[in-house]
Amino acid sequence: MISPVGIRSFGAYLPRLRLERSAIAVATGWATGNRGGKPKGTRSYCAWDEDSLTMAVEAARDCLAGSDRSGLASLAFASTTHPFADRSNAGVVAAALNLPETVRGVDASGNLRAGSGALLQAFAQVRGTPGDALVVAADRRLAKPASEQEMSYGHGAAALRVGAGAELAAELLGSASLQDDFVDHYRASASDFDYALEERWVRDEGYLKIVPRAIQSALQAAGLEQAAVKHLVVQGPGRFAGAIAKATGIAAEALQDDLGSTCGDTGTAHPFLMLGAVLEKAAAGDVIVLASFGQGSDAIVLRATGRAPSPGRGLQGVLAEGTLDQQYVRFLANCGLVEIDWGMRAERDNRTAQSVAWRKHRDVTSFIGGQCSQCGTVQFPRSRACVNPACRAFDTQVEIALAETVGKVKTYTEDWLAVTRSPPHVYGNVALDNGANVFAEFADTPAGTIEVGTPVRFVFRIKDFDAVRAFRRYFWKATPVRT
Amino acid sequence: MAAGIRDKVAILGMGCSRFGERWDSGPDDLMVEAFKEAVADAGIERDRIEAAWLGVFYQEQSTSKSGLPLSMALRLPNTPVTRVENLCATGTEALRGAAYAVAAGAVDIALAMGVEKLKDTGFAGLPERTKGTFEDLWHPGFTPPGAFAQLGAAYAARHGFKMDDVKRAMAHVSWKSHENAALSPRAHLRNRITIEQALTAPMIAYPLGTYDCCGVSDGAACAIVTTPEIAASLGKRDMVTIKALALAPSNGVEMGHASWDGSHTITSRIAAARAFKEAGITNPAEQIDLMEVHDCFSITELVLMEDLGFSAPGRAVHDVLDGRYDRDGAVPCQTDGGLKCFGHPVGASGLRMAYEIYTQLLGRAGERQLKSPALGLTHNLGGIPNRNVASVSVLGLHKG
Repeated sequence: MISPVGIRSFGAYLPRLRLERSAIAVATGWATGNRGGKPKGTRSYCAWDEDSLTMAVEAARDCLAGSDRSGLASLAFASTTHPFADRSNAGVVAAALNLPETVRGVDASGNLRAGSGALLQAFAQVRGTPGDALVVAADRRLAKPASEQEMSYGHGAAALRVGAGAELAAELLGSASLQDDFVDHYRASASDFDYALEERWVRDEGYLKIVPRAIQSALQAAGLEQAAVKHLVVQGPGRFAGAIAKATGIAAEALQDDLGSTCGDTGTAHPFLMLGAVLEKAAAGDVIVLASFGQGSDAIVLRATGRAPSPGRGLQGVLAEGTLDQQYVRFLANCGLVEIDWGMRAERDNRTAQSVAWRKHRDVTSFIGGQCSQCGTVQFPRSRACVNPACRAFDTQVEIALAETVGKVKTYTEDWLAVTRSPPHVYGNVALDNGANVFAEFADTPAGTIEVGTPVRFVFRIKDFDAVRAFRRYFWKATPVRT
Repeated sequence: MAAGIRDKVAILGMGCSRFGERWDSGPDDLMVEAFKEAVADAGIERDRIEAAWLGVFYQEQSTSKSGLPLSMALRLPNTPVTRVENLCATGTEALRGAAYAVAAGAVDIALAMGVEKLKDTGFAGLPERTKGTFEDLWHPGFTPPGAFAQLGAAYAARHGFKMDDVKRAMAHVSWKSHENAALSPRAHLRNRITIEQALTAPMIAYPLGTYDCCGVSDGAACAIVTTPEIAASLGKRDMVTIKALALAPSNGVEMGHASWDGSHTITSRIAAARAFKEAGITNPAEQIDLMEVHDCFSITELVLMEDLGFSAPGRAVHDVLDGRYDRDGAVPCQTDGGLKCFGHPVGASGLRMAYEIYTQLLGRAGERQLKSPALGLTHNLGGIPNRNVASVSVLGLHKG
């Protein structure tokens, strides 16, 4: 008997900032007129120091929470908004996850189907070769102010760990793919924004003519009838999914909420996020169909095993962690669509010494500290001489990973003078539970959020932008443990 | 064990420029202004200076590196000039170099000059300093007020104070320095303020408001030093000698080890202990008559009262509010206005502090003169609380 392949675990990430769509309407209504109906709900958007890559890292950490990472053979990072066009984005994610250099990394891109495509590749891989595959999808798509996309898009990420054999949350039953150069929207390589075509045409000629055929083929491959489908996930607007259920004869009750009211459409990540919602509630034996859309469709048929899919916060966790926001101009600023005057101090040159960045990449990207093998003191950064005043031994420190450690705020300030794209700049000393002390920035901490003693964990974020050389660098920041 | 330099070096003359936003002056102007006063005070020709130490912190800001700026500004006769830099302890470091040269017998007369020209950046606050290539990759992009503000939260937590109570003592610290600066003709900020003004000022870096932060100033200060014997031979009767000059840089414990709780400065305690030992001081709170400490921010002065041994742990808030460090208190602190109001041109500050002690000890302080002080202390804290260089000097009237 062939051992089954499938999804071991799921992880999600959404930025905390959830812009109320009514705030968009208030700010842009003069230009758009009455679009009909009152804008409802919120959309997620990145803090100034988040991008697709940092979100991918957080979703991956959520997916791998508490588990051994040594079983991973590959990492695919799917996105249409990778921060780098030529530098392995998956490589940065892998380093942030402290994965061994033998883990094969690949960036999947080109269209919104990059995530489902990478997932199918992962299934094929684990069937044939040892080791699990991690598939992460994240998108931070920009939208022109006052556009429909500005309302409907969101920023987010999701991760799926794929493996073979036992301990699966969902088993793969079958799949099918169709490829058609149907241009419902596109974004040229040099462009920031999508160019989207009329929705009715997209629905009637695109979705309804392509996706049902993919689903039917996949069900055929799985040897199942439409009636067996308990959950249906269709990438794209929820109203299209309804038409597809009808067209395929799948019960309307199988349709999934498209998360439009909370985070919006997160692009490449979205089918995974919706799949996560299904996995988190599915009963053992439930048949799930996931259909992506983008110049064709990938349809994937899965069966839930009843095993809990989310070792971390999962989708329900990250959905609940949002903060309502009405700062439309901040949204534009974080998206880089308005330039705030941050003053002369912001003119500072942020050139990265790449030779140093490479020499210290274990410390900075993987957040590796040193533990003195003589006295046990944990310290960051590593150094040649132990920092413990009672030890000070030379060359005794061995690597210790700090990213998953927690600690407490020892000192902090809210600095209104320092340059940051989200004043005040909050930073201070963090006392880790393992005894180390880290001088750190805090992330997602508006004024009044923390105090001495606040429990914190670490998140992977953008440290600085170098606008002159179109570079950005990353490091870890402390953020309150929110329960 | 070496005996140190206690009473081996005398101050022959001192000078201090007017501090402030000296839009009209460059670093050369400021150095000449301070030097002309010092050389006249010393009563010697400038060519008798055999070696000089120049303290500049921000070499990026118009003064430039090396000993050249001093040699050129004063047109010294190719006298050896050593440029030193040790963060905010730079001025004291320059004095240390000159004093050690005299104490060693290498030269008879030496000059220590500290200067900083900060107000040429085009924006308020301190200039951006260059950082190491590695620090850029991980250090928070801190500012001095933000870094020192952290003493506030940690101090309040450590001693169980409400921040409002600490803020009130901080306001008193600043109020006191404004009062003193009003009587200090060369000070940068000579206005008087109310406690209420300090408490309600806009927040710069929690818990520091505008009036909790020192001035960003241009200025220069210098000292000409020699041996007590040579000073006497030059006709000096009232003489101020160096009792101690101590330095203590961090070694990383504060930033990297759990033993530091963030509420105090380790190096100040070490430097003070060394200085008191060298000076033969056993009870500083009783023996020291006045002090100039590194009040870059009000919270710094507050915790320093404990670090330097003038207040018991957790008692500085009460002692400050009781007026213990006011000009008419038991141990007057910042009689010239301190960094807070006299100003803080970084490289000059250590020597400016020494200038005020020297001035007070010799009874030349005019309206703000204390009643016959005999022993004074200066203290610098360069850097930030979790990584810094502390210096402590003790200067005293020399009874020949």
